[in-house]
Amino acid sequence: MEIFFQQIINGLVQGSVYALVALGYTMVYGILGLINFAHGEVVMVGAMLALSSLTALLGLGVPPLLAFPLSMAIAMAGCMALGYSIERVAYRPLRHAPRLAPLITAIGISIVLQNLAMMIWGREYHSFPQLIANETHSIGGAIISDIQIAIFVAALFIMAGLLVVVHRTRLGRAMRAVSENQHAAQLMGVDINRVISVTFMLGSGLAAVAGLMVSANYGLAHYYMGFLLGLKAFTAAVLGGIGNLRGAMLGGLLLGLIESLGAGYIGDLTGGFMGSNYQDVFAFFVLIAVLVFRPSGLLGERIAERA
Amino acid sequence: MSFRIARLLLLAAALALAGCEKSVTTEHQEVSGELVVRIGASAPLTGPQAHIGKDNESGTRMAIDDANAKGIIIGGRKVRFELVSEDDQADPKTATIVAQKLVDNKVSGVIGHLNSGTTIPASRIYNDNGVAQISPSATAVAYTAQGYRTAFRVMANDAQQGRVLGEYAAKNLGAKKIAVIDDQTGYGQGLADEFIKSAQSNGARIVAHEYTNDRAYDFTAVLTAVKGKQPDLLFYAGMDPQAGPMAKQLKALGLKLKFMMGDGGYTPQFIKLAGDAAEGAYASLPGVPLDKMPGGKEFEARFVAKYQPIQLYAPYCYDAVNVMIAAMQKADSVEPAKYLPALAGITHDGVTARIQFDEKGDLKGGAITMYQVKDGKWQPLETLGAIAPAAH
Amino acid sequence: MPNAPKHLKYWLLLAALLLLPFVTDGLLGRGWVRIVDFAMLYIMLALGLNIVVGFAGLLDLGYIAFFAVGAYCYALAGSPHLAIAFPMLFPEGVHLSLWLILPFAALLAGGLGVLLGAPTLRLRGDYLAIVTLGFGEIIRIFLNNLNAPVNLTNGPQGISRIDPVSIADMQLSTTQQIFGIELPAVHMYFYLFLAFTALAIFASQRLEKSRTGRAWMAIREDEIAASAMGINTRNLKLLAFAMGAMFGGASGALFAGFQGFVSPESFSLMESIMVLCMVVLGGMGNIAGVILGGVLLAILPEVLRHGAVPLQQALFGKTIVDPESLRMLLFGAALIAMMLYRPAGLLPSRVRRRELDTDEVAEKA
Repeated sequence: MEIFFQQIINGLVQGSVYALVALGYTMVYGILGLINFAHGEVVMVGAMLALSSLTALLGLGVPPLLAFPLSMAIAMAGCMALGYSIERVAYRPLRHAPRLAPLITAIGISIVLQNLAMMIWGREYHSFPQLIANETHSIGGAIISDIQIAIFVAALFIMAGLLVVVHRTRLGRAMRAVSENQHAAQLMGVDINRVISVTFMLGSGLAAVAGLMVSANYGLAHYYMGFLLGLKAFTAAVLGGIGNLRGAMLGGLLLGLIESLGAGYIGDLTGGFMGSNYQDVFAFFVLIAVLVFRPSGLLGERIAERA
Repeated sequence: MSFRIARLLLLAAALALAGCEKSVTTEHQEVSGELVVRIGASAPLTGPQAHIGKDNESGTRMAIDDANAKGIIIGGRKVRFELVSEDDQADPKTATIVAQKLVDNKVSGVIGHLNSGTTIPASRIYNDNGVAQISPSATAVAYTAQGYRTAFRVMANDAQQGRVLGEYAAKNLGAKKIAVIDDQTGYGQGLADEFIKSAQSNGARIVAHEYTNDRAYDFTAVLTAVKGKQPDLLFYAGMDPQAGPMAKQLKALGLKLKFMMGDGGYTPQFIKLAGDAAEGAYASLPGVPLDKMPGGKEFEARFVAKYQPIQLYAPYCYDAVNVMIAAMQKADSVEPAKYLPALAGITHDGVTARIQFDEKGDLKGGAITMYQVKDGKWQPLETLGAIAPAAH
Repeated sequence: MPNAPKHLKYWLLLAALLLLPFVTDGLLGRGWVRIVDFAMLYIMLALGLNIVVGFAGLLDLGYIAFFAVGAYCYALAGSPHLAIAFPMLFPEGVHLSLWLILPFAALLAGGLGVLLGAPTLRLRGDYLAIVTLGFGEIIRIFLNNLNAPVNLTNGPQGISRIDPVSIADMQLSTTQQIFGIELPAVHMYFYLFLAFTALAIFASQRLEKSRTGRAWMAIREDEIAASAMGINTRNLKLLAFAMGAMFGGASGALFAGFQGFVSPESFSLMESIMVLCMVVLGGMGNIAGVILGGVLLAILPEVLRHGAVPLQQALFGKTIVDPESLRMLLFGAALIAMMLYRPAGLLPSRVRRRELDTDEVAEKA
């Protein structure tokens, strides 16, 4: 039972990370109907920026408790600028192009960011400094650390914050309007370029937070860490219903749970024929099964047929 | 429509021809009376393993610089060696393109590739063209089992290393219940299988065999599954970027057991990534510890001064080049056809081991040293199955 | 004789293609002939994916799985490997000719295509993309792990010593003399792949202009309208998946024979994405565009491999940036630049161009 609890905690922590990244995917998708394939790389850049600024600040003698939020702010600012530029360079000129064109520029951006990061930060894996004692707590025999609790809480708070932004503010209303119908929104006086830019910056800022969380929890940063994470988060966003904030959160947590329970119990379920090597197969089967019965994901609305 | 295809194909053909500069095809060109001999090298220089690939390249480069400084005479002529280094991206298809390119560049021999998955498909091309290939790090048994007389390696293969590791775990460390995690790569799977066989035949029980992949960094799920089986030793068959975080998560999850790895874990990076959790971990490395080998310490000092701390296989690359050059000197020729027999029968005291090849091209004897992290550093424990180095 | 100049062009093209390996070999070296060979394989793959994505408008991110299935078909049926799993049955392994395996590989891949298509019929756009992506990964994971309990695929170690392709008694892996002309292995494979590429182009063209092809395009443009017109969208979508997959399976078998070694690493998600890039970049739905896309993306990284150092030397007088990082950086930048320059692809299909002129396709309804 203790092992089962532990797997649930593992799944929730991993799932929170997926959810944080998935929120970024889903925001951009919700407003533009576009898969921002480069989002995973923005997460990586966030982690790298945070690491560099943290090292620099600690080197200057800034106390750790101050250095941490400062480096987070720097990473967020950097990623927001990056997100803004990505949208300007790679997506805005293609807003009226065929649907797959921005997909290719996104892949291009992803390759460019990876290789730029390799030039700047090198090929090696960086270890992320441990700033404060990371205490572990035992809940019924299962173990959870401070950082893990922080990740889980942060994911919940950020989702709640985003919901407030989207549903209670002027900006949020503009976002929803653009996502419904760009032309109509424009006619109503919404500056759609600004709304889209702000959406990208919000999503990228979240990516920086996610990058920092991943690095702090696993203690490492590497220029290649974004790709797989981005892919998993994208899967999570689709599972929950892409374009839906609650869906991204739900999808992320579910995917994390499916993975950890899959890795833990496939062996027992199949009598040893399959093991944790089939963890991803298991996850994708669940995804396919969900989509067969709910073609728009768990919380996605049945969107009108699109051309 | 068809007409446009026609134009297009012509365009494509023209592009293929015009898009790049002509590769050099003159054989062993002469510069002021020197004989220029090209040595090819290939490893992933981009992608997730780029840091190890770069380390390989540096090891190879240093050996070549050393040889040039010595002023080696072959066939009565002063020889200048030249490195042709190519990125194979750890991709089998790219590896064959690179192999063909190296052959086109008339290399006399190739040091590479890093992974078994690239070494095997490339070896077919080197064999077809009669170019000697020494892999510094490919460990899959299949590489030298193809029957190519051009294929050699200066690293113990999975069978040799897995056997020693399994025996060490069960006998020397007295492990009764062992859990294994492999990274589902050619390297990890091959090593894990041999380890399991050997551990079982030495009386240990394998209580769990779990898997991860070579890009993962969260292992909490598989480690929790391992925890449920209560083993007293965990063997991880994979590389350091995973092994480091894994050791950390082991500690965080409160697993109290011995943590053991193959050569993929024996790096400074493992200690860096694992932090405190690295303490007490075991890893193996084919060969004799550098500071026990004649010239080993000196090699390490010079390498660190010139490049960066040794990641993993740089000394093996250094040895691979030197053994190749030694064979050229012995045969007094830089032509692979002439020096290949000399290479097959050579005895060379390198910085990692005394190098002799068996009839397949595998390292004879295959000394393997066990290391443990003590006080934040890898310290040698003992060397198993060694041929004693000459100068001791 | 209105057709005379056109025919002349064809003959010239044929002559140019037949001479291509010799010219490439002479000017650039044999490595480039191998690169051109791979480009041919990619063209075949891109043409296959074009049926699914370009004609029928179904976004497929797991296409490389069919290539993998074809490759493993020939790897198992043309190597000593099966002797390990079934020593009683096949003491020497199975050594069937590629020509027997090729149709089987294509059919098996086609069957898998239907299997993939069936649960995804109701999905659209990005939901379809993620499911096909998952399918591609599932196939790769199975190939990677089916070394136990029975060693079928040899897992991540891959299958080596695959028999080279042979035509009649002539093994393509060795240099042959034909009419006194010396033909190295890469040249022979070039002609083999050329023949298959021509076949793929021919098949694509016939399909495009057929009743089926027009029905696919109708589905692509508006599925509901298409089904209202009496088109059986379910069967036609499945057929698109199957046809595309067959192209993939056949080229996979050729790849295995050419390479002599297959392992799951060759069939990663990145490969699927590359093939999709070829289709989109060249111009979805347009055969000429897809061919151009395939050639460009297969050759560009290699051109950059050769060009990264000289380019820097020319610009700065020395090598500042590591050529390997610069190579992929330029490749990514080129993808972006080409797409910004020609959003509908380098050679867009005419139908697609019409769409662009009339309204914004990107916009949501």
